[in-house]
Amino acid sequence: MPHDHHDHDHLSPSGHPYRKDNDGALSYWQTMEVAIRELMVEKGELTPAQIQAQIDAMDARSPANGAAVVARAWTDPEFKARLLANGSDAAREMGFDIGPMHLVAVENTEDTHNLIVCTLCSCYPRNLLGLPPDWYKTREYRSRAVREPRAVLREFGVDLPADVTLRVHDSTADMRYIVLPARPAGTENLDATALAKLVTRDSMIGTGLPKGA
Amino acid sequence: MDDPEHRWHDMGGDAAGPVPMDGHDFAIWEKRVDALVILGQQRGHFTVDGLRRALEDMGEAAFNEMTYYERWVASLNQNLIEAGVYSLEELGAKMEEVKARGDTYGAVQS
Repeated sequence: MPHDHHDHDHLSPSGHPYRKDNDGALSYWQTMEVAIRELMVEKGELTPAQIQAQIDAMDARSPANGAAVVARAWTDPEFKARLLANGSDAAREMGFDIGPMHLVAVENTEDTHNLIVCTLCSCYPRNLLGLPPDWYKTREYRSRAVREPRAVLREFGVDLPADVTLRVHDSTADMRYIVLPARPAGTENLDATALAKLVTRDSMIGTGLPKGA
Repeated sequence: MDDPEHRWHDMGGDAAGPVPMDGHDFAIWEKRVDALVILGQQRGHFTVDGLRRALEDMGEAAFNEMTYYERWVASLNQNLIEAGVYSLEELGAKMEEVKARGDTYGAVQS
């Protein structure tokens, strides 16, 4: 992470403020991380290169991977059928290493909207989309997504018509959901590459809609 | 403190305030914790259930007071000690050694 942020009003390149963890006094938990990492290397459990490779692999995952899957499903009916039948295999088919987790794709239609949460912890399709946003892990989201999901959606700017069925899916450590958003109207002439640009992270969690929808 | 039918982490359906929308970029130490948690499981020392068990046993106060990766590093440590990867004494000695190197995260890297 860059540390020379003095010229940027304390905002990172993504526009977020740097957390004080990056620059502040060494904390107890940071000390523990360094100690664990060094002990594991000293004991021959891991090498520094393995640790860095794992960080790089996680950094390489992003919502763009999921967007590519969604755009393919929008343009390839047979792929869409495979995705809905077995999300893990369909993602692997596109070259995404999603590990042992079971990926379950749930489809938004004209009359059904899907929303994903992990009420017990923070389970998220991280091996496809990267690490979850902070709000996904909060008490507020975890508690209310299953209690008053329409109100939660309104906080995200999605005002779901009353006649649209809302299904909320509670993830587990072994089973991670991803929403297959509905393809926006008027995009018939776009190819998969252009369509993928419409697919936002939140549209695959269900807290958002694709651009243009 | 704990109702076995509805432990603190089972918060689905509880009343709560507006969803906080602010995010943050992950610090390198957080990314390292994430990597060590994945690799520790790949090495067979614990499972995702072991990770969660330690997180849940920390209790609600830890959830409220510690950041996400602070809780994860504590759970990682608990699981690795239980698996015999290193001892509590070795951890303590190493943490003292690390602390003695400097005052910031960057300064204590070996």
